[in-house]
Amino acid sequence: MSSASLANTASSGTPEYYDDLIKKFVIASAFWGLAGFLAGDLIAWQLAFPVLNMDLEWTTFGRLRPLHTSAVIFAFGGNILLGSSFYVVQRTCRASLFGGNGLGSFIFWGYQLFIVLAATGYLLGITQGKEYAEPEWYVDLWITVVWVAYLIAFGGTIVRRKEPHIYVANWFYLAFIITIAVLHLGNNASVPTVLFGGEMTKSYIVWAGVQDAMTQWWYGHNAVGFFLTAGFLGMMYYFVPKQAERPVYSYRLSVIHFWALTFLYIWAGPHHLHYTALPDWVQTLGMTFSVMLWMPSWGGMINGVMTLSGAWHKLRTDPVLRFMVASVGFYGMSTFEGPLMSIKAVNSLSHYTDWTIGHVHAGALGWNALVSFGVLYFLVPKLWNRERLYSLRLVNTHFWISTIGIVLYISSMWVSGIMQGLMWRTYDQLGFLQYSFIETVEAMHPYYIIRATGGLLFVLGAVLMIYNLWRTARGDLRNEAPIGLDSQAAAAAE
Amino acid sequence: MDLMTITEMARSAWVVWLVLLFLAVLYWAFRPSNKKRFEEDAMIIFRNDNGENGGQAHG
Amino acid sequence: MQAMLEKNVILLGIATLITISIGALVQLVPLYTMETTIEKVDGMRPYSPLELAGRNIYIREGCYLCHSQMIRPFRDEVERYGHYSLAAESMYDHPFQWGSKRTGPDLARVGGKYSNTWHVAHLINPRAVVPESVMPGYPFLATRPLSADKIAGDMKTLSVVGVPYTDDQIENAQADLKAQANPEMGDADAMAARYPKATMGDFDGNPAVITEMDALVSYLQLMGTLVDTTSYQTSPDGR
Repeated sequence: MSSASLANTASSGTPEYYDDLIKKFVIASAFWGLAGFLAGDLIAWQLAFPVLNMDLEWTTFGRLRPLHTSAVIFAFGGNILLGSSFYVVQRTCRASLFGGNGLGSFIFWGYQLFIVLAATGYLLGITQGKEYAEPEWYVDLWITVVWVAYLIAFGGTIVRRKEPHIYVANWFYLAFIITIAVLHLGNNASVPTVLFGGEMTKSYIVWAGVQDAMTQWWYGHNAVGFFLTAGFLGMMYYFVPKQAERPVYSYRLSVIHFWALTFLYIWAGPHHLHYTALPDWVQTLGMTFSVMLWMPSWGGMINGVMTLSGAWHKLRTDPVLRFMVASVGFYGMSTFEGPLMSIKAVNSLSHYTDWTIGHVHAGALGWNALVSFGVLYFLVPKLWNRERLYSLRLVNTHFWISTIGIVLYISSMWVSGIMQGLMWRTYDQLGFLQYSFIETVEAMHPYYIIRATGGLLFVLGAVLMIYNLWRTARGDLRNEAPIGLDSQAAAAAE
Repeated sequence: MDLMTITEMARSAWVVWLVLLFLAVLYWAFRPSNKKRFEEDAMIIFRNDNGENGGQAHG
Repeated sequence: MQAMLEKNVILLGIATLITISIGALVQLVPLYTMETTIEKVDGMRPYSPLELAGRNIYIREGCYLCHSQMIRPFRDEVERYGHYSLAAESMYDHPFQWGSKRTGPDLARVGGKYSNTWHVAHLINPRAVVPESVMPGYPFLATRPLSADKIAGDMKTLSVVGVPYTDDQIENAQADLKAQANPEMGDADAMAARYPKATMGDFDGNPAVITEMDALVSYLQLMGTLVDTTSYQTSPDGR
């Protein structure tokens, strides 16, 4: 690796790619991922055994929960999104990163600073009190600066591309960057109290009550739609075909997928506010679009999975591909469940219960995390210039441990969520409510233990991955039999 | 009230807008003359990474 | 057209921006302008300084992550928690705290349902009063003096974003805060005139100090008590 001063075009016509920068994002993603999973599992155990809250202000569920959600979404997910987008955009544009190492390093360190500022704030109780948008005004301002730099680096690389066509993965990444910027600015419009003689670290949002609710879920749902979906679909459209070594099933379908998803997603937010004081027409509109979203979601899923058509056998021998394909399967599952839960009649049961939590984790663990693991396994040997991963068998173990963990998580939350929803509305023979609230809490206990156990398996899987990636980066190769061919079959093949 | 007028229009016309947009994308995506170039576009990811295994990759 | 889009990143970006803006325009803008969004009700007033300090603590501790403040118009919810929530009842809430999960019960109308003593005991150690509870304990609230010397700044900021605090209310913030937590030490009548229906008194059983517990309990005791829902007429469209 030589130093990166100028992006020179070598004789092969391939420009210089800034890959050391991407290494940093890869390391950061794995690090924050583990931290975020650990925080999540801790608060899962807290719900089963409240003594784990320790009655200290810094360790209660209320302060650790934003730490968990921000760590997994913005730190783990954000770093892999930024890193992979830089990897993809340089290669699909045949251009080196706009702004080079200087801008790239600013984005990397600026983003890590954002994470640290946000996280320390949560522990100290500095929060806006809006879900998934908890960071206070000074953190919001800082991430705005970093995000603009990111847009410039990403967009600038596309502008200087040598490939005439902009590959579809970049459309998804671009939609993710632009939409998140709009959402962030709209939902975090606030006035710092320090301007009027109040505390330094506090602000009040300019929206109130029902307007704030609608703005919040316009943001909240589209953070799912564009951060956790569009951005990760960008990853899918590059890395799945790449790992399968065949082009995407239908490029035409990907074009339709993009525009349909972008148009439909933005309307779906009100399904988070069914039967609340939000006007009914907005709720109905939100429900309609949420149900329509089923189409582009499944179009995209089919496109991803069918990329393997004619190469299904690779799933037997390539656990990295298995991670990616399973993730697309979970994407299909959770985008089927989502529209279902947005139907008002279903939502009247599911809202406020653990069913929602299970649904979120079907998407977050099954789709976002599994595809990220696949991409990390893809990137590390490439970036560190190694022949292959340290151990494919360990990847296989990781795959099964995390899949079992996810299944435990989702199924326990289905049972506890639906049960709790039903218990709340059960009447006895005399026409009184059958269960007091605390009886429903008591009934959750076993499912909270199962859920936390599933989470623990997921954490263990991540530890295995980090070990495997670390050995890979060091250049170690584990001496092991190949996967998918048992010894007899191998002998027969000889 | 101007913003309201636009909003009212958008509220009543979004179905039309949606259908138009969808048809336009559909037409464009499935136009036979576009078939070949889409197939080529899908191959972009295999074209440009001969440098990725170290040769041209710099930090 | 599309061919141009894929060749020009700026056009692609703008097209994306327009596509996502339509939804926002249709769903968000009318909520800020339409008069029917928020019902006309009597009784709503801004939070008193002590209640506001309590609400700040509610937000700081992330209570909204387990408790909703939004009763839906279902028979079981109305019987369990009270009259369904009206949009008007959160019209001065920056930010809203409707929540999205009920690990614990809804709190929209918790005001007046339990005694101050119950709340204090429950917040210090939930399992002392409700053995099966999974709520964290907040013993530190009872011992920590409320730091609210800048509460007037908070009220001023809120008035900038639209909460109708009067100059009189902002000027008397400190006096009102003390009077509500300890009516014998201040002008309780003036405080009550500025903030009708405010619950006054020493909330945490320790008259010597105004603690964070005092503030939080004063907020909890206010919740859902301002609007007289028995006089609220359901509008023809069902809301």
